[in-house]
Amino acid sequence: MTGFIALCVAALARLASGPSVRCVEDRPCRGQCIYFANHSSHLDFVVLWAVLSKDLRARTRPVAARDYWESSRLRQYMATRVFRAVLVDREGSSLAQLRAQMDHLTAALDAGDSLILFPEGTRGSDEAIGPFKSGLDYLARQQPDVDLIPVYLDNLHRIMPKGEFLPVPQLSCISFGAPLRRLEGEPKAAFLARAREAVERLKSS
Amino acid sequence: MIGSVDQELLWLAAGVLAVLVGASVVGAILARHVTSDAPRATVTNLNDRIRAWWVMCAVFAIALLTRGIGSVLLFALISFLALREFITLTPTRHGDHRALLWVFFVVMPIQYWLVWSDWYGLFAIFIPVFVFLLVPTRNAIAGETEHFLERTATIQWALMICVYCVSYAPALLTLEFGSDENEGTKLLLFLVIVVQSSDVAQYIWGKLFGRRQIAPTVSRNKTWEGFVGGVLTAILLGTALWWITPFTPWQAALMSTVIALMGFGGGLTMSAIKRDRGVKDFGALIAGHGGVLDRIDSLCFAAPVFFHLTRYFFAA
Repeated sequence: MTGFIALCVAALARLASGPSVRCVEDRPCRGQCIYFANHSSHLDFVVLWAVLSKDLRARTRPVAARDYWESSRLRQYMATRVFRAVLVDREGSSLAQLRAQMDHLTAALDAGDSLILFPEGTRGSDEAIGPFKSGLDYLARQQPDVDLIPVYLDNLHRIMPKGEFLPVPQLSCISFGAPLRRLEGEPKAAFLARAREAVERLKSS
Repeated sequence: MIGSVDQELLWLAAGVLAVLVGASVVGAILARHVTSDAPRATVTNLNDRIRAWWVMCAVFAIALLTRGIGSVLLFALISFLALREFITLTPTRHGDHRALLWVFFVVMPIQYWLVWSDWYGLFAIFIPVFVFLLVPTRNAIAGETEHFLERTATIQWALMICVYCVSYAPALLTLEFGSDENEGTKLLLFLVIVVQSSDVAQYIWGKLFGRRQIAPTVSRNKTWEGFVGGVLTAILLGTALWWITPFTPWQAALMSTVIALMGFGGGLTMSAIKRDRGVKDFGALIAGHGGVLDRIDSLCFAAPVFFHLTRYFFAA
């Protein structure tokens, strides 16, 4: 049942967003990896998840905000069963709590799953890509062997802008970039800037 | 003929099949003989197009076999896909969101329901009158005034082309001509065959003999040689198909002329929009052809005119 719902959700997401997939390197998304993308719409992770092959989708978990996805039973079902999201608390928690959350993410990676992550932390209202938060750097330090794949999601903010509840179907483009690795001893700010730059490059190319 | 297979439709299906097989054979021969790079790209594109034609013909045949409902649903789907492509390219903003939701989820289903329920009086004026006034009102309520007229006009235009005009194709099934219950189906086939063969023939004549461009700023592929050759080919084909229509041969020739000319106008107009928006195709859904809107641009312009001419002069 859950598998069937997942198929339907993926099909609906593709119908609403007509995504064309562009891989800058030949299909970089085979093994375990962390997809990190710009964030401008509620559709973002659903569409990114929907364009992956069925097998990859089963092993890819989006990272999502707990307060939103636990606010109703339907959302909770979708998040935990259909998307198998890793739910995290948003800002305002103590350092120890942040650690604990990052441990959830590393645990998912240890189990062999891939992650979908939005390093901006929150949705922007237009195409502009905000500064990246440090979670990505933390994961890159913890799991230096996992590929970090930059993804640019185009036009989704027009399909489902902030504050809307239904999408206006349009076409979108999902660009997967070349895998990124954190360099040995690279400072946090430099790595985050480089990661953001990788997404920005996909946008302009 | 009730309950039995329509002989004329069988002949038509056999003819389409023969053309497809012929095209595939020619495509395969060309692919084998072309060696240099530039022509090879053209041949690869040609073969993509031919393969897509097989799929499109199969889908269309299945839709026609289910009688009315299949055709209505198929063209509703085409409208949906075309509108999705069109809106992507237009400069709509957040303020248009709610109006667009109405367009996609209320207006379009109602228009096709009107086709299905054969309510001609409302079908013909629903979008040009009622929705024409509803869209700007909803947009005004949303309160975003920047480029208001442009945005509103774009949505209205998208609706007229992608929904209203396209819905005239299945509406042909609602016309009645006395005894033959398949007449509507055959008229729809006549329209689609003439308009698409005009497109294909213009492409072929243009590729073989095209020299003088008609509107180089709009489309480099549209030439006078392609236009004349393509339109004449379509007229010949349409005239040769007079036996599936309520027309006499010379009436079929006139109708084919109108269809081919309107189709040309549609193709050129949609090309102008694409140039303005800086894209080559509206989408990439149909391999070799581009988007759905790239394939149906000529049909959009031909269908309403063909419908009204037929309805005025021939329908019972």
